[in-house]
Amino acid sequence: MKRKLEISELIFKILSYVFLTIFALMCLYPFVYAVSASMSGRTAVQESQVVLLPKDIQFEAFSAMFSNNMFWNSYANTLFLTFYGTLWALGVSILGAYALSKKRLLFRKTFNFFLVFTMWFSAGIIPQYLNYLDTQKVFNAMGIMDDKWLVVIAMGMAAMNIILLRNAFENVPSEIEEAAIVDGATEMQVLNKVYIPMSKSTIATVALFFAISRWNGYFWARQMISNGNEHPLQVFIRLQLEMYTDPDQMSGWDRIYAPDSMIYALIVCSIIPILIIYPFIQKYFAKGTNVGGVKE
Amino acid sequence: MKGKAGDYLLYDEASGTYHEDPEQAVRDDVEKHYWLNVGRTIVKDWRLYVMLVPMLLVFLFWRYFPMYELLGSFKVPDGILPVNDQLFSGFSYFKRLLVGGDSLSQNFWMAMRNTFLLSFYGLCFGFPMPIILALFFNEVRSNAARSALQVMTYLPKFMSTVVMTSLVTMLVKQGSIIGEMGIVSQALSALGLISKEAGNAGLLNNPDYFRAIYQISGIWEEAGYGSIVFFAAIIAISPTSYEAAQIDGAGKWAQMRYVVLPSILSTIVIMLITRIGSLLNIGYEKVLLLYNTKTYVTADVISTLAYRTGLGGGAGTGIASAAEMMNNVVGMLLVIGANTIARKASNTSLY
Repeated sequence: MKRKLEISELIFKILSYVFLTIFALMCLYPFVYAVSASMSGRTAVQESQVVLLPKDIQFEAFSAMFSNNMFWNSYANTLFLTFYGTLWALGVSILGAYALSKKRLLFRKTFNFFLVFTMWFSAGIIPQYLNYLDTQKVFNAMGIMDDKWLVVIAMGMAAMNIILLRNAFENVPSEIEEAAIVDGATEMQVLNKVYIPMSKSTIATVALFFAISRWNGYFWARQMISNGNEHPLQVFIRLQLEMYTDPDQMSGWDRIYAPDSMIYALIVCSIIPILIIYPFIQKYFAKGTNVGGVKE
Repeated sequence: MKGKAGDYLLYDEASGTYHEDPEQAVRDDVEKHYWLNVGRTIVKDWRLYVMLVPMLLVFLFWRYFPMYELLGSFKVPDGILPVNDQLFSGFSYFKRLLVGGDSLSQNFWMAMRNTFLLSFYGLCFGFPMPIILALFFNEVRSNAARSALQVMTYLPKFMSTVVMTSLVTMLVKQGSIIGEMGIVSQALSALGLISKEAGNAGLLNNPDYFRAIYQISGIWEEAGYGSIVFFAAIIAISPTSYEAAQIDGAGKWAQMRYVVLPSILSTIVIMLITRIGSLLNIGYEKVLLLYNTKTYVTADVISTLAYRTGLGGGAGTGIASAAEMMNNVVGMLLVIGANTIARKASNTSLY
């Protein structure tokens, strides 16, 4: 009896280690390959000699990319969109979520429904596109000619994030707030000194959700930003890839590095910032998914 | 009922006369001055409402105004007139899409089918994967090893759709004068899973492979991160449950069957219902970045069809909006239905 138990457990344990190791390595492999291919020599990449580790190490692709002004431009644009986009979305969300968390707010249910309905139903790409075009006209009339501000202000708000914040604020004990009010704190001071410090980890989580989605944003940035100099990194990568996979353009590639290396180098550069902060932030993301079970 | 005297006149038995109910007078007063009181409360808490304003405006301008543009799908297009002046054409666009019989309607049904099938295969292959991963993670006793494995599998979730699709495109690219076919295509053809010709022509140019590529890259992207919620349910199981099962002579499989699965069943049911609810809300960005003219047959979904039809302007925007609206209305009904079932089944509402 005892022995049978051990065997089935042992088999399962071995199975899980093997399976998980293989799966994790497969998840990582494309990234490792991208790094290796980005710094391998031309013939090594073209003749598929690079399988795991780089061969004929050289950094021509990187230096070609670093000397490209468009690359630095797009990087700066992405930083701009991520910074201001996160700041704006987080600020609006915190204020709104704080008001929604208050029981004394009139029409609270109506406001909540107003938010939640946008998670159920979206108008679709074309109506949104027409709407952004109108917004663009209004912004231009107001003297805001830079389409990046359109992306920052009009896009990226998420009802789910506001609900996460609202739930966190609702969990702050009301006694602390009452104590602050007795001491003469204003509404803004209550929010700043009580609610925000007490919901720090949720705010960090939501800020990261916003920042990642801003860093990764592609579709609307491409549709709405017409000036090539204003494109963010993701759009730049995609345009390079499209140029590369377009058969008519292929004869134009006659450099020291393989054009593959160029694409891989771009990908590597765009994910480096995420790879650097990832170990520190991944616990917040794990937390974010556990906040499920949201109540209306 | 206000104004009917009999409703709030009380009979006083001692004196035999009627007199007014004082509480009712207060109630009447509250009702009469309802909006006044609302106004007073808002003035008192004005800061709260000011805080709410930016959020409401953002959602109004950029979530609800587009819904107003949807009216365009009921109107006869006429470039000169704004949306609200155009002639009401009723459901002609919808009819044309549903039973038009022309190529537009055929494309619509093809896209509808693809939307459903991509989600359905995702349900069949993508959904069980996180559960399996979570069960396996639970077997790794060393915390360091488990964290390392988990961090590795979550990573793709944080990469942008552009980076993920660029990697996929490069890994299965066609062979050409500037390089052999992608490294994954080579591996697959060496294993005999695809023919060398198919690999050389580029897997993404072949409609037969699109769904497989979409699902496998979906698992690569989502499975690790999706396992978090199931893993949390598994580690919440009390060790005494396992001990009791072991004393009863349960082997590993029996423990899985009678201890673990029943404990995480409610989580699985909730996640399954959510998944079914979002069956029609397929992310258009990934499809848009992976498909091309050669693979429309299996890859084109409603959103991408609407995108191509609608960006031309003119009559296209109305028809495109109509197509997406049908998809989104059915999608919304599925979400609300799924949410209601989840609420009934487990008393936890998702929204």
